[in-house]
Amino acid sequence: MTESPSSEPEPPSPKPRAAAAGNGMRLVVPLQGVVQGRGGLILGSLIPCALFYFFQLYLKRHRSPKRPPASSSNPPSPSASSPNLGDLARTSSRSNLLGRGSIGPVRLSSRGMAIAKPNDSPYYVGLEKVAGDPFHRVDNPDGIIQLGLSENTLCFDLIERWMKENLMDSLMGGDGAELSINGMATYQPFDGLMELKVAMADFMSRVMGKGVSFDPSQMVLMAGATPAIEILTFCMADHGNAFLIPTPYYPGFDRDIKFRTGVELIPVHCRSADNFMLTVTALDQAYNQARKRGLKVRGILISNPSNPVGNILSRETLNELLDFAQEKNIHIISDEIFAGSLYGTTEEFVSMAEIIEAEEFDKGRVHIIYGLSKDLSLPGFRVGVVYSYNENILAAAKRLARFSSISAPTQRLLISMLSDTKFIEEYIETNRRRIRRMYELFVGGLDQLGIQCAKSSGGLYCWANMSVLIALYSEKGELELWDKLLNVGKVNVTPGSACHCIEPGWFRCCFTALAEEDVPLVMERIGKVAEMCKSGQ
Amino acid sequence: MAIELEQQPKPSAGAVELSKIAVSETHGEDSPYFAGWKAYDENPYDELTNPTGVIQMGLAENQVSFDLLEDFLEHHSEAATWGNGATAGFRDNALFQDYHGLKSFRGAMASFMEQIRGGRARFDPDRIVLTAGATAANELLTFILANPGDALLIPTPYYPGFDRDLRWRTGVQIVPIHCHSSNNFQITESALHAAYDDAVSRNLNVRGVLITNPSNPLGATVQRAALEQILDFAVEKNIHLVSDEIYSGSTFSSAEFVSIAEILESRGSRHVDRERVHIVYSLSKDLGLPGFRVGTIYSYNDAVVTTARRMSSFTLISSQTQHLLACMLSDKEFTANYIKTNRERLRKRYDVIIAGLRRAGIECLRGNAGLFCWMNLGPLLKESTKEGELALWNLIVRDVRLNISPGSSCHCSEPGWFRVCFANMSEATLDVALDRLHRFVDEYRRTGSSQ
Repeated sequence: MTESPSSEPEPPSPKPRAAAAGNGMRLVVPLQGVVQGRGGLILGSLIPCALFYFFQLYLKRHRSPKRPPASSSNPPSPSASSPNLGDLARTSSRSNLLGRGSIGPVRLSSRGMAIAKPNDSPYYVGLEKVAGDPFHRVDNPDGIIQLGLSENTLCFDLIERWMKENLMDSLMGGDGAELSINGMATYQPFDGLMELKVAMADFMSRVMGKGVSFDPSQMVLMAGATPAIEILTFCMADHGNAFLIPTPYYPGFDRDIKFRTGVELIPVHCRSADNFMLTVTALDQAYNQARKRGLKVRGILISNPSNPVGNILSRETLNELLDFAQEKNIHIISDEIFAGSLYGTTEEFVSMAEIIEAEEFDKGRVHIIYGLSKDLSLPGFRVGVVYSYNENILAAAKRLARFSSISAPTQRLLISMLSDTKFIEEYIETNRRRIRRMYELFVGGLDQLGIQCAKSSGGLYCWANMSVLIALYSEKGELELWDKLLNVGKVNVTPGSACHCIEPGWFRCCFTALAEEDVPLVMERIGKVAEMCKSGQ
Repeated sequence: MAIELEQQPKPSAGAVELSKIAVSETHGEDSPYFAGWKAYDENPYDELTNPTGVIQMGLAENQVSFDLLEDFLEHHSEAATWGNGATAGFRDNALFQDYHGLKSFRGAMASFMEQIRGGRARFDPDRIVLTAGATAANELLTFILANPGDALLIPTPYYPGFDRDLRWRTGVQIVPIHCHSSNNFQITESALHAAYDDAVSRNLNVRGVLITNPSNPLGATVQRAALEQILDFAVEKNIHLVSDEIYSGSTFSSAEFVSIAEILESRGSRHVDRERVHIVYSLSKDLGLPGFRVGTIYSYNDAVVTTARRMSSFTLISSQTQHLLACMLSDKEFTANYIKTNRERLRKRYDVIIAGLRRAGIECLRGNAGLFCWMNLGPLLKESTKEGELALWNLIVRDVRLNISPGSSCHCSEPGWFRVCFANMSEATLDVALDRLHRFVDEYRRTGSSQ
């Protein structure tokens, strides 16, 4: 694992260390006599070196474990709903605790300390800034427009209508004959109600194209895709192992996967020349590099449709991936959470589940992540899925689901909604249509400003190439532009460096939380910044 | 790490591997505690359709006050529908995934916790971190307070789930603080020190003490003097103190429960005390809503609050549920009445079971809280060992068809104690259970068997 320099002093150490330091000094002084006498320089340098070495060894044994990399591991919440500035205040007050009193403050674990530090990733910084000054057409027209959060509000009218017509029935047991709180209140299976699994399986096959069906008994439900990914990681990798992950990738993975599991992410760099499509050559290279570093690779994590680019993996690529995983005997996790948010018309989305059914293959290495936060616009309800072909992984994931179960009333509500197949079909189709409309408007608008986007077919965002606007073709230049866009243009986008993109100048812009009439304003603001850059400001 | 490993399950040639955590047995599902549950699942008692089935007395669930909840929901449909009939506020709620949690809900939880303590302690809503259940809260705190290989001290007997919840993914160890029936299993200063020294002699770094107050499985509150001692001990060793108070609202009389929060306030909320104290709470027991998955961490330590909040992204509570409960718990009239009525009903149940057991010649630890009693079948054991206890337990599950929890699964140092839950069934079912037990004990005393 990589080490990162600590930016805060270690809290005062317990007694044994102080004693060792004292002992060290008592040994060094008499050595001066040795150096000046016979054996001179050689002994005089060897002995202190040896002593120093043993001294360090002693200290190492009594030190608490190394901290994990502190990179982007401590986020404020990625929601615009309430200001997270309170977060900053709390962390700074902590520094007052250090160095106080003779016994020192009570300590947190290494993991705890790493997470307590403020996060400086632009992804999180931007989200916080918007939370402090959010755009509102009427109440705050000069506020910051949020394009950094992949949320979809285009079809809430449909959901609201459904709620109005169906909600009370869905919660209270239909004919009102008996108030079913008893059914909801008591302990439920931790991996989710079977009825909800059945409903989810059906929803997933509608969303992913009729070529694939999902078996509810291969499903574990949990409170969001965030715990789903973490639980899968805990099941297939040990502390210090690694996953290969194509770049650019969703910044949240740095937190969700690494935080508590201690699993490393090894980037597999994709390039604009390939439209950021994954190649086996790049996978191979990354795998070998990991081996050289002594890291054991346990799996590959892909997003399909990908985030932040929005491209769809072809059948061919998926098959190549499977071959690669087979050859190296590793897992594949396919995060398909945007499968229902498609707007492309030329390419067809193919789920891992479809490929697996078709081929003779060791299915036990394939796992799919899904959830309702994107395709059904219900991130607050916390619904995630682990879908696996591996009995043992399923058994372990089921047991771990107890730490992240879905609330029973929410399960009931969703069983009702997802079973209303007429509504669901209408929703899926309308959603795709509206996303496509926004995509065309938005990408068209950027095009008029001279900003091209990568070819994409899905997701709630586009991947825009603004490298023409940056003075210095580097991460620094990119971040300067990001800063201008945020603080001058008052538009929050996610810079490629936060997504580990190897080419500077790319930005993810989410457009599904906008209304059509907001698009011209967004383009106007970006255009203003573009002008500033062109005129060398 | 304290995680036991077993063989990789049935690998075929070249099959892909699982992690150590996935194959470890720390989930504990093969222990007797859970074996009894299996027996129940296979043959569950039902008054009408299966009167000879296994009666579940191993699940600490509170079903005595459902009617109060249902009544509230019937008269306050806006709690479940984001506004009378219409869906105003639904959009914001559906999008709300902020790990700070709904402010209205946190405020309602804080005031509910204050009411339970009779106003003897204040809670700041901004120190409340929400998690999907107390199971998640306890695990999360362990991740934050201790490194893999470190240890937490826990008084015995303790809730069997801790072995899994606190150790499995965290890699943290549990060192028991042994308590004995001679003083009603109260925690003593010498026991605390003995446990600490035991840990040190095993080269374990002790990071904290975790107590459950009221205690599970004892069904009794921790005395004020003991709480003071434990806090002093934590200060002396500079370690954390986690107080799991999920049964605080299930104390039969409000006056008998002393929260660690009260101790802190009585000491003038000194920093050296506060910085190490964290309280876990949940609505699963007091409000009887385990299916809702609502837990909280209340910490007096800013860094712990910040860290716990960020980590709670793995275990958020549905915003729909937060909204519903914010409405319910903000209704102070409802909550005051609920708390009072719930306590009374639990006490009545407790009286019934104690009287019933006494008639059968069985004594219990004197309890004053919780959803269970701590029963002493020591005099019935053929041999006063863990094996003797499990043999008796096997008889009771298999022949008497009562799923009760053996003390050994709670790490009790004395064999023969059993936890018996009484709040998860109707009064009629409780009578059936007591009757069965009575007949078994009579028979067993006479013949040494259950036939």
